[in-house]
Amino acid sequence: MNLIETLEALCRLPGVSGNESEVASFLLSQIEEIDGCEARVDPLGSVIVRKKGKRTPSRKLLLDAHMDEVGLMVNGIAEDGSLHFTTVGGIDPRVLAGRQVLVGEEELPGVIGAKPIHLQTAAERGKAVPVRDLRIDIGCSSKEEAAELVRPGDTVTFPAVFSPFGEGMFRGKAIDDRFGCAVLLDILKEDLPCDCTFCFSVQEETGGYGAAAAAFSEQPDFAVAVEATSAGDLPGVSGPQAACSLGKGAVLSFMDKGTLYPGRLYRLCEEVAARGNIPVQPKTAIAGRNDAAPYQRAAGGAQVLAVSAPCRYIHSPQCVIAEADMLAVRSLLLALIDEFDKKDGNL
Amino acid sequence: MTTLDTLKTLCAAPGVAGEEFPAAEAAARLLREVSDAVEIDAFGNVTAALPGEDGAPVILLDAHIDQIGLIVTHIEENGFLRAASCGGIDRRLMLGQEVRILGRKPLSGVVAAKPPHLSTEEEREKVPEITDLAIDTGFSAETLRELVRPGDRITLCGEFSELQNGCVSSPSLDDRAGAAAILHALRLLKGKKLPYTVCALFSAQEETGGPGAAVSAFRAKPDEAIAVDVSFARSEGVPDRFPRLGDGAMIGIAPILNRGMFDELLALAKERGIPHTIEAMGGSTGTNADGIAPAAGGVRTGLLSIPQRYMHTPVEAVRLSDVEAVGELIAAYILRDMAEGEEE
Repeated sequence: MNLIETLEALCRLPGVSGNESEVASFLLSQIEEIDGCEARVDPLGSVIVRKKGKRTPSRKLLLDAHMDEVGLMVNGIAEDGSLHFTTVGGIDPRVLAGRQVLVGEEELPGVIGAKPIHLQTAAERGKAVPVRDLRIDIGCSSKEEAAELVRPGDTVTFPAVFSPFGEGMFRGKAIDDRFGCAVLLDILKEDLPCDCTFCFSVQEETGGYGAAAAAFSEQPDFAVAVEATSAGDLPGVSGPQAACSLGKGAVLSFMDKGTLYPGRLYRLCEEVAARGNIPVQPKTAIAGRNDAAPYQRAAGGAQVLAVSAPCRYIHSPQCVIAEADMLAVRSLLLALIDEFDKKDGNL
Repeated sequence: MTTLDTLKTLCAAPGVAGEEFPAAEAAARLLREVSDAVEIDAFGNVTAALPGEDGAPVILLDAHIDQIGLIVTHIEENGFLRAASCGGIDRRLMLGQEVRILGRKPLSGVVAAKPPHLSTEEEREKVPEITDLAIDTGFSAETLRELVRPGDRITLCGEFSELQNGCVSSPSLDDRAGAAAILHALRLLKGKKLPYTVCALFSAQEETGGPGAAVSAFRAKPDEAIAVDVSFARSEGVPDRFPRLGDGAMIGIAPILNRGMFDELLALAKERGIPHTIEAMGGSTGTNADGIAPAAGGVRTGLLSIPQRYMHTPVEAVRLSDVEAVGELIAAYILRDMAEGEEE
């Protein structure tokens, strides 16, 4: 499978935070085929892989991508047989009404309805509907009937979509962060100059707990969060507010809501990119957080970086990503591993 | 063909108001299975006749074939599209919505939404106007100008899905469900000796004001008409005076509707055990009945509705048994004065 085929296979799997096992199984089945990999599943469900390189450096580098995606969880059944739900991870409630969903392990088809526009007051028409006022309808007509099929705690995903989009782009569910998983899997297949550790982590969207556990068990000296990051390159968003733009290369973070990235490493990353003619762009808005934060503060503390691909409509049922940016992230990570090897781990 | 398959076929073809031809063609193919006289006019109205005895009165059965959507107004320099509503679009549902742009070749699009990390709490409570939305196709303006022109229609995407209890969900069930009910009636009537000449009409542009039904009614000059549309079913936020899905045909009564037909439809539903409720409206009905009743000097008009949840969303939902109840009631009305089992 090439990078895009891997991404498609990953995006089509369900994996709401806390229920990442299908993604983990797929990754394990792929990793099994690769030489020099020692994989384990930790108690939280993260897949941790140690890959042998040509040599063993004095220090330890870990690359992280998270397997989980945002979604919903049933938290009650109403008298009329419709389902109450809560969000799992940061979802804009405005993208929920009018959507199809799949409920529970059986993937029962359901819809999130909305009061018809004809029955709305003028004030209601311009206001977002809060999650507490939304319901999932699976077609049941009573609480008893629905309770036979669904339990509170069942997770809810959006239907799997993945397709080419426009010129050189792809549209799909859960690109955040199956893109990162796809790139790391692709890098695992390479002959690496030195040993590296890879963590496909759980529960990033709900607080970074998978990475926190892996940070303790692996205690890396350097950790790179490989992410899909919000691109706001849309009409009506100007200048740095856009954060980053599709097609302009890998995104490097100097600061976000979770982490102050070490300036020395951030600048080294820029230098490595320049040397390799790899397009990079800074993330110009201090927004979002990722698994770099738990790696930075767990155990003895790792030096961290975030290398991302810009992604539009993140945390909605479909994200849009550019192939050129994915390849830039891949090239930059390989160049960083080379740099790490050349310096014997003293980045 | 089952009602489920009929609905799947009808919902798969796009037909945004004013550009109904793909949906009209799909409906015409189904009508040809029951009628030898099927036509599509310049408006996109589809008609089919089942002839009655010589001199039999004409009854018009109407459902609208158009669906709500958007219309392209402008291509921005950065390649994003701007659009306006074509029918009553709920702007609260648009952000992140997948759309299909029906230009020179169909294109996939996403309604651009600023990600939650980059928007303020205040922004997230508001919903942009339709005309302020931007549609992303992933193409540059240069390429897009080759593929899309102002005036092209846009549909809201959503898969046809089967829920529990024979409920189905899809965009455009308003009013393809009505068309399926009429097809169900025609299948029940086919091969029978008819006391009416039955004229089925799948009309254009109901969502933008109803000229399709008005002109067709003028041309058909029917003696009676039954309009079939969807109406509201109870769900979160909808008053409980509305019926539940599964409660059967909603028999309409309003000043514009003929009381004699209402009484007969109600009596027949009771007599035949067809599930039904009454829908009382104080003024106009908001359906094609309002345009048909005054057409061509006046037509005795009844209204049957299918209870529907989430009208004008991409996840409109109806129950198959309600669609069939409406079809059965129409057939029962047309055959009400015939002796049992009278065949041609």
